Amino acid sequence: MKEQNHIISTIVEHKPGVLYLIANLFRRRGFNIESISVGATEQSDLARMTITVKGDERTVEQVVKQLNKLIDVIKVAILDPDSIVTRELALIKVRALDTKVRSDIINYAEIFRARVVDVSSESLMVEITGTSDKIDAFIDLIKPFGIKEVARSGITALARGVKSVRIE
Amino acid sequence: MVKMSGAQALIEALKRQKVDVIFGISGGAILSIHDLLYEQDVGMRHILVRHEQCAAHAADGYARASGRPGVCMATSGPGATNLVTGIANAYLDSSPVVSFTGQVNTFSSTSSYMIGRDAFQEADIMGITTPITKYNCQVKKASDIPRTVKLAFHIATTGRPGPTLVDLPKNVQAEIDEMRFSDNLEVRGYKPKTEPHPIQVRKAVKLLFEAKRPIVLAGGGVIISNASPELLELAELLMMPVATTLMGKGCIPENHPLSLGDAGMHGTSAANKLILEADVLLAVGTRFSDRTTGTLCEFCPDAKIIHVDIDAAEIGKNVKVDIPIVADAKETLRLIQQLLVAQAKQSNDSPWFNRVKELKEQVKSEIDPEGNNLKPPLLLKELRKILPENAILTTEVGQNQMWAALHFETCKPRTFISSGGLGTMGFGFPAALGAKVACPGSAVVDLAGDGSFRMTEQELACSVTEKIPVTVIILNNSVLGMVAQWQRLFYGRRYSGVKLGSSPDFVKLAEAYGAQGIRVRSLEEFSRAMKNALKCEVTTVIDAPISPEENVFPMIPAGKGLNGMIEG
Repeated sequence: MKEQNHIISTIVEHKPGVLYLIANLFRRRGFNIESISVGATEQSDLARMTITVKGDERTVEQVVKQLNKLIDVIKVAILDPDSIVTRELALIKVRALDTKVRSDIINYAEIFRARVVDVSSESLMVEITGTSDKIDAFIDLIKPFGIKEVARSGITALARGVKSVRIE
Repeated sequence: MVKMSGAQALIEALKRQKVDVIFGISGGAILSIHDLLYEQDVGMRHILVRHEQCAAHAADGYARASGRPGVCMATSGPGATNLVTGIANAYLDSSPVVSFTGQVNTFSSTSSYMIGRDAFQEADIMGITTPITKYNCQVKKASDIPRTVKLAFHIATTGRPGPTLVDLPKNVQAEIDEMRFSDNLEVRGYKPKTEPHPIQVRKAVKLLFEAKRPIVLAGGGVIISNASPELLELAELLMMPVATTLMGKGCIPENHPLSLGDAGMHGTSAANKLILEADVLLAVGTRFSDRTTGTLCEFCPDAKIIHVDIDAAEIGKNVKVDIPIVADAKETLRLIQQLLVAQAKQSNDSPWFNRVKELKEQVKSEIDPEGNNLKPPLLLKELRKILPENAILTTEVGQNQMWAALHFETCKPRTFISSGGLGTMGFGFPAALGAKVACPGSAVVDLAGDGSFRMTEQELACSVTEKIPVTVIILNNSVLGMVAQWQRLFYGRRYSGVKLGSSPDFVKLAEAYGAQGIRVRSLEEFSRAMKNALKCEVTTVIDAPISPEENVFPMIPAGKGLNGMIEG
């Protein structure tokens, strides 16, 4: 069966130890996490974990079933790739010693709707938000200038329209 | 609301769960609780085992024999880590064992005796037991104890049962607060589904009705959900043979014409052959373990599979199924039977039932009554004759276990107790003690090997002091027999790391503990010793020397399918 990325959205108890539970489940069962992003939800005692998993359909079905077994995991859903908004945020620090390089980077950033958020005598920091593809493309583009550091948030996602993964 | 300490709240919460016995060992971080158990009127018996692993095994044996949750308790650090093997064992066999562990303080203003400071006897038991518990929780404040205890029991005993653990920091046990004991328990992340989907049930009924060669593979789930009567009714209605897994042994009376015994690596040839010949396999409460299926690609190649399990994650995990039913076994079997009963009944002389009879006859004639009197299969048949039907047999792990599985005819659920998933040597004896505590009116026998018994033999002290009389039969071959069998068959008789020698003298060992010890050299001597042991008020160890060259047959070598059986 074909391996591909699947995005799983989960609602979990917002308390210490839950991330460990989930990470441990993936390690123990030999599932691969491509990325995981965690944050608060619309309810203060709940957190949303958006997990990107690489695997065939059978593996992902097992992931969902095993996640469902965890008591602190309240809801699990595989998001339909055709009806989804995904975003990732990246902060990228690029070498920029002269004004020519600086203006090139700023121009590229504008095209990608990224923003320069910090400047020093030797570098610029760019903030970019979008799909992972877009961020990959931007990083490739500015690589020749010399990338000093990259921090990416991992994918976060919600289903489009009325469909939602939430606790009533 | 009542004002009390965390420890008092624990005892009150346990009473509300009708806990009457706790297996455990005390220690520094759990003193407040033991202090309360000192009172005569607490209504709870604390049984002091001699190693915490046995507290968990005994609680496990108690749970399996009675169907009620078993409770064990240990102090922090090594006390807690010693429980780990027992908890893992309960996890793999879906047994409701509830563990309580002491923990160092959550906070201390005067010393570094607190969590995260590598305090004396601190172990991260939450982290350690996360992958081997269904649920675990560290209580951060005393007023959470009533709900946490209720939750631990609720989760351990419902859905697919399994072990839970509650970690109790020392300062939380001592903390005094207002306690609320509520009957309500809302767990938003836990809603086990027990009712089968009617459409799936109808599909299963259709498939079974049309089947020419249907067969049941019944696992531990049938016993857990007390579904034996429903299973038997359905099997008889369709004249459908029943093979069991090791965990399912006893869910159908093994003296019944439709019982095939165990399937799998050391299954009966009838069970394994008929699974291969079946056109519909009804698998109930089983997870298709590798020991049961052998190589997956050769496992019942021609059959459509109906899989009933309460744990959705078991469906499709190992074997692809045609009709999945996520539900309780009892309710599902009852519904299937109900829908089928209106339709035609299969006759006693269908070609399929004749085939069942034919293969079962073959099995009977395969057993060779000649030779050394103390052949394990014969000893087990003799044991069956001596023991009443409600007697409980526990086993250790290895040859003793497989001989018991093959040759000890089990006729009632919950009377065969064995470490199936984890394969824990040393499980049988403490589990026997737990089973005896749960069912004091039943004779309890641990069938052991000399290797296994040595792993938990110190509980002879517990059985004598606490007056829990059981019988241990040691099939003594001075070798780790199952490993030696593999070495004999597949490693050119290179017996590496298996020779146990003749130490200790088990008769003297038993006597040193104040138990009764006896050595038997023939089947007659065994028979006499066993009958005496049943009358004895103290634990009896029967040392039965057998040949180190004995093999368990039939067997399917690792990596082979059910058709790769060696008959010996």
